[in-house]
Amino acid sequence: MAEVTQLIHHYLRHNKRFPHVLCPGCGHGIVLGSLVRSVHQLGLTKDEVVLVAGIGCSGRIAVYVDFNTVHTTHGRTLTFATGIKMANPRLKVIAVMGDGDALSIGGNHFLHAARRNIGVTALILNNNIYGMTGGQSSSTTAENCYSTTSPYGQQEQSFDIVELAKAAGAPYVARSTVLHVKLLDRIITTALARPGFNLVEVLTPCHTQFGRKNKFKTTVDMYKWYKKNAIPLDSLSKLPQEEQNQRTPIGIFVEENRPSLEERYAAITCRLEEASK
Amino acid sequence: MAKDKQQVVVSIYPDWCKGCGICAAFCPGEVLELGPDGKARVVQGATCRNCGFCEHHCPDFAIVVKTKRRIANNREVDHAHEG
Amino acid sequence: MPTKVKKNHRKEERSLFALGNEAVVEGALLAGCSFFAGYPITPSTEIAEIMAERLPRLPDGVFIQMEDEIASLGAVIGASLAGRKSMTATSGPGFSLMQEHIGYASMTEVPLVIVNVMRGGPSTGLPTSPAQGDVQQARWGTHGDHPIIVLSASNVQECLDMTVRAFNLSEKYRSPVILLLDEITAHTREKIQIPNRETYEIFSRIKPSMPPEWFVPYEESMRGVPPMPALGEGYRFHVTGLTHDVNGYPTSRPEEVEKLMQRLFRKIDQFFYDIQIIEETACEDAEVVVIAYGCVARSAHLAVLQARELGTRAGLLKLKTLFPFPRPAVERFIRQCRAVIVPEMNMGQMSREVKRVNNGLSSVRTLNRIDGQIITPAEILKVLQKA
Ligand code: SF4
Ligand code: SF4
Ligand code: SF4
Repeated sequence: MAEVTQLIHHYLRHNKRFPHVLCPGCGHGIVLGSLVRSVHQLGLTKDEVVLVAGIGCSGRIAVYVDFNTVHTTHGRTLTFATGIKMANPRLKVIAVMGDGDALSIGGNHFLHAARRNIGVTALILNNNIYGMTGGQSSSTTAENCYSTTSPYGQQEQSFDIVELAKAAGAPYVARSTVLHVKLLDRIITTALARPGFNLVEVLTPCHTQFGRKNKFKTTVDMYKWYKKNAIPLDSLSKLPQEEQNQRTPIGIFVEENRPSLEERYAAITCRLEEASK
Repeated sequence: MAKDKQQVVVSIYPDWCKGCGICAAFCPGEVLELGPDGKARVVQGATCRNCGFCEHHCPDFAIVVKTKRRIANNREVDHAHEG
Repeated sequence: MPTKVKKNHRKEERSLFALGNEAVVEGALLAGCSFFAGYPITPSTEIAEIMAERLPRLPDGVFIQMEDEIASLGAVIGASLAGRKSMTATSGPGFSLMQEHIGYASMTEVPLVIVNVMRGGPSTGLPTSPAQGDVQQARWGTHGDHPIIVLSASNVQECLDMTVRAFNLSEKYRSPVILLLDEITAHTREKIQIPNRETYEIFSRIKPSMPPEWFVPYEESMRGVPPMPALGEGYRFHVTGLTHDVNGYPTSRPEEVEKLMQRLFRKIDQFFYDIQIIEETACEDAEVVVIAYGCVARSAHLAVLQARELGTRAGLLKLKTLFPFPRPAVERFIRQCRAVIVPEMNMGQMSREVKRVNNGLSSVRTLNRIDGQIITPAEILKVLQKA
C-alpha cells in the first residue's frame, strides 16, 4: 500500500501547474486518482486511453492527466465519445461528466448511449449541484435541498442515476462514493475492462456550493455523511424497510453481457464483406 | 498490507496540500493533523498503520506513504510505472 | 512487379443518373469520407439513407444514426479527432441545433463537412420547399467571432464537385466547411459524371512528423494550420473549446487569446484565393451582371442567355464559395457594370454582402422570393431588361 501517489504523478501532465483548480476537499481529485490507478492496474497505455470530459468542475480534470484528452461541450460528452469509439474501436474511451452535464442538459445523450451500448466507460461525478456556475439546482439535487435557484428548497423530484441507467439498458451499472475508494477502484477497473456501455456513478462532495447551503459545516462533514449514509447493496435488504429508503446503496447493480454497438457493427461489415466475395 | 509501523514514512507536499482536512479526520493512527498554516502535517509518524487511507483520499495527490525499504530503493518506482 | 489490370470499375469514370443528394454521397466517398453521423430530416434525408447503405460496405466505413443533430455533429467531431474524414447532413431546424458544435469545431480546428439542404423557414417552416434563408446563419450562426468556409452548389454535378472541394478545404485548413444546398438542387435528378480518383485532387490533413515529445499542438507557423494527429497515434494532447494556448491548455491571458483568434482568421484569410470558387458566364463585356448561387443561379443562367439574345449585355457571376465572401470578384463587376442584380430566395442575405462592398459604385438590384417557390428565368429577365 505504498507509493500510490507517485504512481498518479506519473500519469499527470508535467507541464500543467499543480495543485489543480478544484476547491479544497473536492472529491473530483479522488476520482481522478482512482481512474489513474484503474488504468494502471489494467496495464493500458497512455496512448490508447481517450478521456472525454464535459463542462463543469468535473470536466476540468481532463486537462491534468496525460492521456488523449478532449474537453467537449456541455452535456455532449457522450456524443463525442460515441464518434471516437465508432471511428476507432481500439481506443479505450472514458467519459467524465457531472450530474448537470450528463443528466440535465445531456440527459437525452445519456439515455441513448446506454441504449446503444456504445463501448464507453461513463463516470458521472454526482455532487447534486452545479458547482462551477455557483450552486444552482441540478436534476439530482434532492427534494427540499437548497441551492441558489431553489432558495426555498428544491420542489422537483430528483433523478436516481442508477435506476435511469438500468431502465435505459446499460449492461453495467455501479455506484460508489469518493470515500469508498476501494470499491471505487474496483468498479472503475471492472468497467474499463468490460466491453459496451459501463456506467459508474460517483457520489462526490461539493462543499463550496452544496454543503454550505445544506448544513454541512466542513467538507469533512460531507465525507462523514457518506460514511454514515452509504451502504453496500447486499447489506441493504437486512435493514428495516423505512431505513432502507433513507440510505444510499453502493456497489454493482447490473452486470450483464451484451455485445457492444461497435462489435455488432463490425459483425455487419464482416458479413457484407463475405457476401461480396 | 504491512503492519510494521516502524517501516513507514508519511510525507506531505505542502505546496500541493489545500488543507481540506480529510486525511487528518479519517486517519486511524492519528498520525496527521492540520497545522497552523492550514496544511496537513505529520504529528506522530510512529503510529502510522500504513493503511493508505490518506494517500488514496487526498484529492490533491499531496501525500505519499512510503515503506523504508522502498525509499532506499526508489528507482524501482519509476520503472514500474511506465505507461 | 507484373502490371496488374485493375478490375475495379469504381476506379474508372462512370456516369450516373442521380439526385443532388446522391451526388453528395458520391462526392464524399470520392473525397475519402469514411464516417457519417446524422439524424433524419427533410429534405436532406436521402444523404443519410444512402450513406447507411454504402458506408458499411466500405473497409472502415462507419454510419451511425444519432439521437439528434447536436449529437450527430458531436459524433462527427469525435470521429474526425480519431482521424476520419467525417460529415453530416441536415436541413433547417437541424442546422440550428448544430450551431453549438460548429463553434466547437471552429475553435478546436476539427475538419468536417456539414451539408445543409435549405428549406423554408423560420422554425418548421416549409419542410419540402426550397429556400436560401440559411446563408447568414451558415456564416454567423454559432456564437462568437469565428472563421468559417461556406460553399454552395447549383446543379447535381456541382453537388458532387463541391462536396469533394468541401472535404479538401476542411482538411487543408482544419476548418468546418458548410455546403449549402437547397431543396431543388438536392432533389433534382440529372446525369452526372463520376470521375475516377486519379483525376481529382484529394487532400488529407497533414499529420505531425516530429517525435511526440516535440509536438506543440497549436504552434504558430507560416501556414497557420497546425498538423493534426489522430487520437491514439502517440501525440497525446488536450482538445478544448475554451480559448487555449499553443499547448492546447485553457488560457485567458489577453496576449495568448489574441494570438489564437488572429491565427484562426489568418489561416483562412491568407488562402483566400484558394478558397474562392466562382464561375463566370458571358461576363467579359457585360454591362449588367447577375450574382447568384444555388438553384437561382440556374434560372439566372437562362435569363442571361435570353437577355443577350434580346440585346442586353448581361453576364452571370455564380458564387460557389459564399464565405469568405468573394469580394474581389464582386468588386470587379461592380466597377465594370452599371448594375448588378442579386436574386435570391430570402430577404436579401447575400445582396447585403454585395451592397457592403458596392460603396455606391454601381446600382445593386435585388430580387427576393420567400414563398417557397423558385425564382424563374422570366422574373430575372424582367429585372435584367430594366437594369
Ligand atoms: S465548486 Fe464544488 S465541484 Fe467545483 S471544484 Fe469546488 S468543490 Fe469541486
Ligand atoms: S487530504 Fe491532502 S489536501 Fe487535504 S489536508 Fe490532507 S494532505 Fe492536504
Ligand atoms: S497510512 Fe493510514 S495510518 Fe498512516 S498516516 Fe495515512 S491514514 Fe494515517
